[in-house]
Amino acid sequence: MTEATIQFKHVQKRFGDNLVLPDLSFQIKRGEFVTILGTSGSGKTTTLKMINGLWQPSAGEILIDGKNINQLDLVKLRRHMGYVVQQIGLFPHMTIAQNIAVVPKLLQWDQARINARVEELLKLVQLDPNEYANRYPTQLSGGQQQRVGVARALATNPSYVLFDEPFGALDALTREELQGEIKQIHESLTDKTFMFVTHDINEALFLGQRVMVMHQGRIEQFASPAEIVRHPATPFVKKLLGTVRQNQELWREQDE
Amino acid sequence: MLAQIIQYFQLNSGQYWHYVGQHLGLTIAALAISMVIALPLGYLGSQIKFVASFCVAFAQVLRIIPSLALLFLLIPFIGTGFVPALIALVVLALPPLLINTILGFNEVSPLYQEVGTALGMDQQQLRRQIEIPLALPYILNGIKLALVEIIASATLATYIGAGGLGTLIFTGLGLYDMTYVVIGALSVAFLSLLAMLGFDFLIRKVRTYDRSNYSI
Ligand SMILES: Nc1ncnc2c1ncn2[C@@H]1O[C@H](COP(=O)(O)OP(=O)(O)OP(=O)(O)O)[C@@H](O)[C@H]1O
Ligand SMILES: [Mg+2]
Repeated sequence: MTEATIQFKHVQKRFGDNLVLPDLSFQIKRGEFVTILGTSGSGKTTTLKMINGLWQPSAGEILIDGKNINQLDLVKLRRHMGYVVQQIGLFPHMTIAQNIAVVPKLLQWDQARINARVEELLKLVQLDPNEYANRYPTQLSGGQQQRVGVARALATNPSYVLFDEPFGALDALTREELQGEIKQIHESLTDKTFMFVTHDINEALFLGQRVMVMHQGRIEQFASPAEIVRHPATPFVKKLLGTVRQNQELWREQDE
Repeated sequence: MLAQIIQYFQLNSGQYWHYVGQHLGLTIAALAISMVIALPLGYLGSQIKFVASFCVAFAQVLRIIPSLALLFLLIPFIGTGFVPALIALVVLALPPLLINTILGFNEVSPLYQEVGTALGMDQQQLRRQIEIPLALPYILNGIKLALVEIIASATLATYIGAGGLGTLIFTGLGLYDMTYVVIGALSVAFLSLLAMLGFDFLIRKVRTYDRSNYSI
């Protein structure tokens, strides 16, 4: 078995009196694509933010490649850990191209390489570079901004990418195409570890090699999509799957 | 009146430009010094609550005291001449600079600081690439207000012997000759206007990104 590249050991997180994550333990292997599925407020964002050290656990340990995260140079770690924020968070005073170029600039790439990479990424997220590269974020729709956020996180081909609901504002069709792109990127590059938070159960099952189902700060089930569908571990997971089934029945009725 | 003004310029244009030069020199020196003090202090104020409360209280007190009164109050302590005038003007320019700098940095959304950090910026990169550019329109507005305040108050600085366009006005008042007063007053007003328009243009330029529309 491959070594765990991200490991939580009895991690607890509280905000004041609010115990958000009572006791979280899991392991993620190098090169895995893990999706995190859960209700609003279940602690998904909190979990991601502890992986790149934005927040410290209140108790427990977080290991990255076997090393306690407290012993790592966080600035350096983060430059190799792409992050798509839930609120998109494009810098308003930078153009689209400049936003995407932030991390390459921090890593001191030369300008020609940056330009080529920006163009490549814009095409990847289906935005015409000629039209969008020099616009400011306020001149883009929400869904377009979200795609730029994804491009920014992927800019340097980081070893880890943390996606926090990156496709929330996208229509079903664009969303499906970008899911395909993301999946393909992950498959084409070996050893890239992706963590992908979503509310959308179909998205979680389609993208994840393993799916972590969270509810009220606890992991309800952490297993392959097939396993989750076949053997839902808890009533909560069963109920979650039920929401998909409802729709399927609707379709079946139409077909009959 | 107009004829007299023209005559003044024909005879005394050297003197006029000398006063303008003095006025501008005093203004620029005061602005530069107050910026060196207020911008770092304002940044500190946005980070440390105690510094912010102190700056705001200081600014409030200064606002209640009229500029003229301040100039006279200072005479017993620092005497008269260029340097005392400079000190008084710097003190007057501090409040708008401090308050707007603090405001500007406080207005930077924590989201952008968090994103910058998450992308791997260190403290200094975060300050240079995110915080300062986003706070800049507010800071420029503070500089504008300070500049206008200085230009106007520098007129009074004549009274404590710093020269400048105020000399024309006070000479005119002393001689009951409105020509001097009008020339002095209009020049000061013109300088203020120029400063305001210049900075408004600059602020708009810095905020190009804010013009939110799709039709570009
Ligand atoms: N900075 C904070 N201070 C206090 N409480 C917080 C803070 N951030 C999050 N919380 C609380 O922690 C809990 C988990 O929040 P989190 O953002 O991780 O949820 P989430 O699973 O990402 O939800 P969503 O799907 O709505 O984004 C929530 O109850 C929230 O109110
Ligand atoms: Mg969240």
